[in-house]
Amino acid sequence: MAVSKQQALLEFLLRMGDTSLILGHRMSEWCGHAPILEEDIALANTALDLIGQTQLWLGYAAEVQGEDKTADDLAFLRDAWDFRNLLLAELPNGDFGRTIMRKFLFDAFQSVLLGRLLTSTDTTVREIAEKASKEAAYHLERSADTVVALGDGTEESHDKMQAALDRLWPYVGEMFESDAYDAVLVKAGIAPDPASLRAEFDTLVTKVIRRATLDLPEDAFSHSGGRSGRMHTEHLGHLLTQMQWLQRAYPGNRW
Amino acid sequence: MSSVNPSAYPDTGEKGAKRKAEWPLWEIFIRGQHGMSHRHVGSLHAPDAEMAIKNARDVYTRRNEGVSIWVVEARNITATTPGDKGPMFEPSQTKIYRHPTFYDIPDEIGHM
Repeated sequence: MAVSKQQALLEFLLRMGDTSLILGHRMSEWCGHAPILEEDIALANTALDLIGQTQLWLGYAAEVQGEDKTADDLAFLRDAWDFRNLLLAELPNGDFGRTIMRKFLFDAFQSVLLGRLLTSTDTTVREIAEKASKEAAYHLERSADTVVALGDGTEESHDKMQAALDRLWPYVGEMFESDAYDAVLVKAGIAPDPASLRAEFDTLVTKVIRRATLDLPEDAFSHSGGRSGRMHTEHLGHLLTQMQWLQRAYPGNRW
Repeated sequence: MSSVNPSAYPDTGEKGAKRKAEWPLWEIFIRGQHGMSHRHVGSLHAPDAEMAIKNARDVYTRRNEGVSIWVVEARNITATTPGDKGPMFEPSQTKIYRHPTFYDIPDEIGHM
């Protein structure tokens, strides 16, 4: 099947928007529950940044799709198999350490990716990347510092961060998968080949993980199926029942 | 259901264990978009100065309030005590000649 440029762009925008949306929702689950007030507000800010980016990515996706839909339609009226987010984003938060480790791994990837998108041939993609990259730079600084503080903290916090890293590492590989859509995007100069981001990501992550006195897992096994939509984890459906509940129960309701 | 696991909060140790000391308190000063000087806006807790800056950014500048942040650990601030109010401040109440309004400004000076 030949992929058109429009199909590839739509797929790319859904991947970007869905990952921001689902991770933003996960982060919002901490609102009112974080260990301290300051962290609570910081996590909620992060969640709001991600939801703000989602509005831009999915807003453009709806435009490219050309079916007279909005970002809200895409966020609240699709089912699990339509979502194109990374599996890493939909995993449950777990404890605070795992939440921060997941955020760090995502922030590292996102900051590398957004950096490349600043030179996209697509003006709207470039503009979204410019806005998002400033937010991503702060997110990365904050999550990396917290990973180091907890990893190189007490024996208990160290062990929890190592357990978090071991648990999440198998979901890192999916970020760098390339498929037919990516080939079209690369050719059109819209987005980089995800595989080409790996070296920069590894350098960045290795530096922080070493400072945190943690060990990177050696097993290269990787889960996949999120960004391709082939198979999500069982967690996504549960997340959607909560996130989409209002629009499902009261279709078209606005406030 | 939220996937947050409340039993995993860092501050909750084993039962009966002594609660760990709180993070130090920091006083936060922010220079507004058009302000000339940093102004005290409040305080917060953080493990170190770097994190205090980050927390201040997230707690006090999320509505675009500032362009610069100072943090000072609260214990490093030396302050007057309320009990000293009389000797410290009351003597100046009667020295109205110290106010510039006491003097006539010549018309040639114009607006000051």
